[in-house]
Amino acid sequence: MNVIVCAKVIPASSVTIEIDPATKCMVRKGVPHELDPAAASALEEGLRLVEKHGGAVTVLTMGIGDATVGIRNALAMGATSAIHLFDDALAGSDTLGTAKALAAAIKKEPFDLVICASEASDSYSGVVAGQIAQLLGIVPLTFAKEIAVDGKKINIKRQSETGYDVVEAELPALVSVTSGINEPRYPQLKGIMAAKKKEIKKYTAADLGLGPDQVGASGAREKVLTVGRPPARQAGKKITDEGDGGKQIANFLAELKII
Amino acid sequence: MDFNLTQEQQQIREEIRRVCGEFRDAYWRDIDKKRDYPDAFVRRLTELGWLAALIPEEYGGSGLGITEASIILEEINRSGGSATVCHAQMYTMGTLLRHGSEEQKRRYLPKIAGGELRLQAFGVTEPNAGSETTRIETTASRRGDRYVIHGQKIFISRVLQSDLMLLLARTTPYDELKDKTQGLSVFIVDLREAKGKIEVKPLDLMINHHTNALFIDGLEVPAENLLGQEGVGFRYIIDGWNAERILVAAEAIGDGRWFVERAAKYANERIVFGRPIGANQGIQFPIAQAYARIEAADLVRFQAATKFDRKERCGAEANMAKLLASEAAWEAANACLTTHGGYGFAAEYDVERKFRETRLLTVAPVSNNLVLAYLAQHVLGMPKSY
Ligand SMILES: Cc1cc2nc3c(=O)[nH]c(=O)nc-3n(C[C@H](O)[C@H](O)[C@H](O)COP(=O)(O)OP(=O)(O)OC[C@H]3O[C@@H](n4cnc5c(N)ncnc54)[C@H](O)[C@@H]3O)c2cc1C
Repeated sequence: MNVIVCAKVIPASSVTIEIDPATKCMVRKGVPHELDPAAASALEEGLRLVEKHGGAVTVLTMGIGDATVGIRNALAMGATSAIHLFDDALAGSDTLGTAKALAAAIKKEPFDLVICASEASDSYSGVVAGQIAQLLGIVPLTFAKEIAVDGKKINIKRQSETGYDVVEAELPALVSVTSGINEPRYPQLKGIMAAKKKEIKKYTAADLGLGPDQVGASGAREKVLTVGRPPARQAGKKITDEGDGGKQIANFLAELKII
Repeated sequence: MDFNLTQEQQQIREEIRRVCGEFRDAYWRDIDKKRDYPDAFVRRLTELGWLAALIPEEYGGSGLGITEASIILEEINRSGGSATVCHAQMYTMGTLLRHGSEEQKRRYLPKIAGGELRLQAFGVTEPNAGSETTRIETTASRRGDRYVIHGQKIFISRVLQSDLMLLLARTTPYDELKDKTQGLSVFIVDLREAKGKIEVKPLDLMINHHTNALFIDGLEVPAENLLGQEGVGFRYIIDGWNAERILVAAEAIGDGRWFVERAAKYANERIVFGRPIGANQGIQFPIAQAYARIEAADLVRFQAATKFDRKERCGAEANMAKLLASEAAWEAANACLTTHGGYGFAAEYDVERKFRETRLLTVAPVSNNLVLAYLAQHVLGMPKSY
């Protein structure tokens, strides 16, 4: 089975995120990058599936040159090959533009299953997976906390607020996974060595048949108007215990309908 | 001249940092207190393949160089851990790799690479032969298709955590030799079959080091377990020294960086007389000085490692790296302890543990005096002083 994992490479968790006041975009150039932990979970699912059923996992990333670090890491974890959508013309794409580029790249490959993170850990838009499925004309199975494949059937447990739903579909399909679905493996030393020899295909927007009206800042239909900080947290309520502290806390929790 | 690590070397550093992040200060503190062996840590490194870094790919390892291996060990020590618990699993096999027969290499190396066999004990030192290795008295006598070994060894580390041990023994009596560096041989001893023939007495040391006195009485080793030629074992051991010195230097540098980071952090946090103690030159200068010494030693370490990996002669650089790095680490240890005042002596700050551990590196695997003797004689052309 051929699995394609859409994996974003994002500023490393050690980086303090800065917003460029002119473009209102996150500053990505010149900061250390890493494979999004959410994408690592998606990749881990892909690896486990092909370990069980045979096949190959291709990692697909759209991003700047610094994304190579994360792509190498994905290859070291065990992905078979990688595709890097790397072009200044893609910079500034909105979610739909991103989905168009990713879907166009996926169409160039044979695939049975596309796996995405439910949302990326830097921008948390959470809509790209659904958009890709729509563009590819395949079924999206979202918020999977468990995936099982049996022949041409795929079965997931979809995380809900109160428990989970069991959802089934025919392959090819797209699955978005929750971040807690697994504990992604660390690359083994041999994996790191092998990653050096693995192929990273590079595509530009033109290779994907996408013009400035569809991708990049010019093609974006979504505009970020302002970026602001969340309001500062209010000071908490202090309770001094004069014998009725426990009662006061209970009342407070009851007010919040917690108890 | 390029002082930057390659992308791959940088990745190795980051991966080791990540794995070590699973084993925090409390883990090491607890192991130290109980005088345990950090099995979980060693198993984790093994399963991820890190201890097979130096084994060539054809034998199941990764075929990396000393440069990369040194980065691995440095990061372990820098994280607050102790690489001595497993460094020998990485490099003891070097003697087998360089001097073993193809048959021996095929038999052992893939299993060592996979972690099924632990070869991390090397029996050289004896009560009557420490720095003067050519004086060892443990003897191996040939009897048909076997050697029978009698003698005593001391400070032999990780024997109880190994399946195999390399053993240096005398095969020609000292007095019969013209060239005193001859007459010694290296054997592969299968410790699983040596029961009753080697008595292992763990030594109680200042540090948690799993080192032992060995009493060997009638140990029989098949002649096919002789490594290389009989009588040239000392040469084989010397061959491994440069690698070992570079790796030990890297461990010292890892320690040094740990001390400097901890010291600088504490110096910024601890307020005495209304200001951080780091505002006093008496506190900040020793830390800055130690930092500079570590960085300098690190350059020599990478120079030595680079030459080693290019198969150039690197005896001088490897020895200097070990000397400078172990001394820089010790200086950093003292600066760190001073900075921490009384708290430096409290186990929960980990400074006293690392302080004890790093002191070893100036003494073993070779004493810095002997390093100086090497430099004086072999690099500067002065008379042999020992
Ligand atoms: C924790 C630990 C683990 C060890 N693990 C192992 C192991 O796994 N396998 C193994 O074989 N050995 C091991 N050793 C032994 C170690 O290699 C020796 O301790 C070291 O080589 C020094 O030998 P020695 O202790 O006999 O000191 P000595 O040779 O007795 O020297 C004592 C002091 O005199 C100095 N000295 C001696 N001769 C001269 C000279 N000519 N000029 C100037 N100074 C001189 C030395 O430098 C040293 O400071 C270990 C030691 C320790 C402490």
